[in-house]
Parts: sequence; C-alpha cells; structure tokens
Amino acid sequence: MNAPRTNGSRPTGGRVPRLAVWKFASCDGCQLTLLDCEDELLTVAGRVEVAHFLEASSIRGAGPYDLSLVEGSITTPDDLERIRHVRRVSRNLVTIGACATAGGIQALRDFADVREFASVVYARPGYVAALERSTPISAHVPVDFELRGCPIDRRQLLEVIGAFLAGRRPDVPAHSVCVECKLRGAACVVVAHGTPCLGPVTQAGCGALCPAFGRGCYGCFGPAESPNAAALNARLRELGMSTPELVRVYRTFNAASEPFRRAAEEAGA
Amino acid sequence: MDRVVLDSLEPLIAVLTGMGYTVAGPTVRDGVIRFAEISSAADLPAGWTDEQNAGRYRLRRAAGPEATGSQDRLETGDASAGDGEQVFGYAASPDSAKRYTHPPRTTLFRLRDGVPEEAGREAPPIALLGVRPCDLAALAVQDRVFLGGRYPDPAYRARREALLLIAVDCATPGGTCFCASMGTGPTAVSGFDVALTELTGPHRFVAAAGSPRGAGLLAALPTRPATAADLEAAEEVGRTARTRMGRRVELDGLKERVAEAHDSPIWNETASRCLSCANCTMVCPTCFCTTVEDGADLADGTAARAERWDSCFTLGFSELGGAPVRGSGAARYRQWLTHKFSTWVDQFGGYGCVGCGRCITWCPTGIDITEELERL
Repeated sequence: MNAPRTNGSRPTGGRVPRLAVWKFASCDGCQLTLLDCEDELLTVAGRVEVAHFLEASSIRGAGPYDLSLVEGSITTPDDLERIRHVRRVSRNLVTIGACATAGGIQALRDFADVREFASVVYARPGYVAALERSTPISAHVPVDFELRGCPIDRRQLLEVIGAFLAGRRPDVPAHSVCVECKLRGAACVVVAHGTPCLGPVTQAGCGALCPAFGRGCYGCFGPAESPNAAALNARLRELGMSTPELVRVYRTFNAASEPFRRAAEEAGA
Repeated sequence: MDRVVLDSLEPLIAVLTGMGYTVAGPTVRDGVIRFAEISSAADLPAGWTDEQNAGRYRLRRAAGPEATGSQDRLETGDASAGDGEQVFGYAASPDSAKRYTHPPRTTLFRLRDGVPEEAGREAPPIALLGVRPCDLAALAVQDRVFLGGRYPDPAYRARREALLLIAVDCATPGGTCFCASMGTGPTAVSGFDVALTELTGPHRFVAAAGSPRGAGLLAALPTRPATAADLEAAEEVGRTARTRMGRRVELDGLKERVAEAHDSPIWNETASRCLSCANCTMVCPTCFCTTVEDGADLADGTAARAERWDSCFTLGFSELGGAPVRGSGAARYRQWLTHKFSTWVDQFGGYGCVGCGRCITWCPTGIDITEELERL
C-alpha cells in the first residue's frame, strides 16, 4: 500500500493551475472537505482556477487540468470509461478518501454476491449495472498521490494542494495513529481504559480524533505503513472481542485494503 | 542545607506563581495522571493511586475510607484533597518532563520571501512539581544528548534553564518500575531545585534544596526544621519503596550481552508481538529522535520548518535512498533495545534507560523490556 508520490510537475509560464474535482461511487463527504476549508477556501481559490467542481458550481470548464482530485471508487462499467478520461485530461491525479483509495464501504460487496444484494434492495435489479467488486482508482489508472481518510482531513488536503503548488512532496506520514495520540497528549484508551482500538494498525492523519475523546480508533484512515494485525487481534481478544466483532472492525471503510482484508481473515472471517 | 518541613504545598505554589512561574503539576485527566497547569494544591491528585503492569494502567482511589464514591471522582476529575491523603501516591505517569524540555513539535525557522527568520528561543518559566527521581535521571541523560558534544541545542538549553524542578521521592513504585536496579531512584539525589518527601500522619513534606534557586525558594516559605523523627520517616519511605519495584534488570555484562545478540532469533519472536506503533519511544523520557516537517502557508507565502517527535519504529525514520534500512519489525525492535542498553553507552557514556517502566506499561501488547533483556 505504498502511496505513489506527486511527481511535482506544474504548469509552466506563470499560468494559474487549473483544479478539477471528480466524483465516482462515494458519499461526497471528501469533496465537501474542500468546501469546509472555510478560512482557507478563498486563498485556495486565489491560487488555483477551480475549473470543474460540480459540488460547488455547475460550470464545466474544459480540460486539461493541472490537478484532479478524485473521490469515489469504481463500481460501474461507465466508471471504468470515465476514470480513463479523467486520467487523460489530468496532469496530476490525487485520490481523496477511503473509497477512491481502498474501495470504500461499498467494497463490502467483494465479500458477498452483489447480484443478491441488488435483488433484495431494488424492485427491478435488471436496471442496475454494477461491477462485481468496488475497486480503488489505482486499480485502473496511475495515481500520483493517495490521500487517506473517511472522510479526508482538511489540513491534510490543504497540505497536498500546497505541496502540489510548491512542487514538493506532501508531508503526510504513514505511521500509526498512536504517534498522533502521543503528540497531542491523549491517554492510550487500550492501556488506560481497556477500550478496543485500531490505532496501532491505522495510518495517522485524523489527529487521533476518537482516542482524544476516549473512544477507540475505527480505522478510517486505513492500514498504517507496517501493520501487525495478528498481534493487535490477540490483544483485542484479551479485551473481550469475539471473532465476529473482530471481523467487523476491519470490514468498514477500508475493508478491501489488503492489510485489513488479511486482518479480518486472520481473525477468522 | 538542612532539611525543613512544609505542612502544605499551598504557600509553595503561591510563591512560585508570585515569582512569575507557571506551575505545572500532576492532575487527574481522562483516567490517567497528567501534568497540567495548577493554581492550588487542591488541583493535585489527592488520594489517587495507580496499578501498572505490562500493557495496563488503571487509576483508583487508594485503599481506605476514601474509596467510596471513587467512580464519581474519576469521572468528574474532582481531585480535591481530603485530609491526610497522599497527593503523590502513584508511580510514573504517561507524561515525563520530556514534554516540557523536548516538546512534541517546535518550529525551527520560517522563510519569508526566501529569507530565513530563526524561531524565537524565549522559554517561559515553568515550575514542574512532582518530578520523579527516574525523570531527574532522564533529564540528566537528555542534557548529555542535547548539550554535550560539539553542537549543543540552544532551544533545549533555553527551555531547560527556564524549568524549575521540584522533585518528589517515589513512595509507591508501580508494577513496571525498575529504577532501583538502574540506580536512578526511588530517592532523589541530585538534579533538582527542591526535593520533597511526602509523609502522612500528619500530612507533611520534608524538603531539601538542591540549588541556590531552590534554597531561595524554601527560604521564602513558612517551614520548620525537620526533627529526627521526620528524617527517619523520610528514610523509611525510600527503604520501603526500594522493596516495591515490580521489575528489575541485571546490569552486569548487559552492554556486551546485548551487542552480541545481534543475530539472535529472539528478535523475530519479539517482532511477532510488536505493533511498530512507536508508543514505547513516545512515552520514553530519554528517547529524543525527531524528524523535520516543512510546511507552507498558502495565504502569506511563508514556509516553516518544524521539528517533530519521530521514532525508530517508523519506516520513514530509516529511509535512505527511497527505502527503509530497517524494514522489518525485528530490525526496528533490535535497534531500539540495543541503543538503550548498549550503543547508548558508547555514544553518551551511560544507559539510555532510567527504569521508569513506561515502555512496559504503555505498550498496547505488553512487551516487557526487562523480560526481553532477560531472554537475550
């Protein structure tokens, strides 16, 4: 799961870089994170031309684009075509969020029969053209950088945009959430309270939001750089988690990421 | 200087505040003891104690009549002092003095229009109340790291000099403590401005000055000379604490033994339990490794370089030429343990471990550094 890095290529000749935001199978939460940059939004808008961002404006500025932020996973035959187009018209392509980076919560279909789901949910499932699996963008086209999170973190998004504008590597550490807990001085909920927590196997980025409020980490940012889920699972069992509970904690937003898929299997899925 | 007796810490806190110090002391927060700014002795964790073992920390009311209603107090964080209750009746807390001398994140410099502006080095005066002997030993280790050698760290020096240290002898070491075998506790010997020994029946503190600054502070407080009985009671605190160490390390031949274990199969077994989460290094009072973060402000175009705690357990820490030198968990754990007990001695002339036991308590899977050493 080593994330590719931005190649740092920028437009030449002093032209204002053109930004596009794209949506695939997703809830729109990660795109909204850009609009949630309230204090910094005008600054961003002053540094880039927001050429294509349907969540914010119905104007569809034509490509090519210098930076494309891609939200969502690939789940339909149409998506397969559209992501290739997005890649063709984008100088840099950055995926934003767990769907685009790992397949998202909708990748739970990978562990079941999607046609069976459709038959239960829809009156006429024949109209639904869904792929067997929900896959990340990187499974289909080259990706320059993958930003984690469900949803992504506002500060990390600004860091990635700022790094792109400066032509440098984004500072997005791949270490565990535990490091962020300690940096902010939050008590370890596993050790001090006996609360199950995925922090030791989850990538940082949220600022240790849940543990800072006394809750265990839910793994929203996906697997950390060198997760040892077998060791954590043994500990989580000691804290009282059953096999189905263990499988369930890994089968959420990043269920299809390879380390979390294996973690659930090791737990007994 | 002769030792004196303080009947209350209230005048001490008031005088320090009057001198312009921010007083930081132990408080009850989120079910653990944490350093925080305090304004009164009533903010201290009176009547609280802790239970510590590998991967486990629990705060509870000390035995006795005060035990009733403990749950309410834990939840509300109400730590008001009952009469005669110990206020330092617990072992090492997750915070050490490191958070003050070597903060998690500090700005090194800013760039404005390409011109570097060095970050200010003014350190606000802080009086740290309740520093344990193991943490005094850790500060001595940090001093050698940051101030020894050819490139002393001026920012560390400023923070260190702005820190007034009020140590407290350890009366209740925890299950993961081994300062006695490391020779760093449980009684404060040096490196403090004032050292206190807490006594009960009646509740009082025997105080000794360890610096001119500490002597001046004690002279400004209402004290009485310590009697022979006070001094004997203080001695007894140390003697009893010594017998309560939950762990021990055999130092004889250890440096060589660890160095020779480079190819031991034990590292792989330990790595199977290690999460590489870095908790041990973050809570360690001597671990000093950092990385740098470069950031740019989109609005004003300035850039800044910050120093942030890093750990030999992250992959980025040993990344050279695009790949980590220590890619396996076994290599990372070996690096950490070998540094603490062997190469640290070559590098700085002493061990990188002070026996506080934090790495044992705060390891989510309970890896015990003393057991690992025993197995080598």
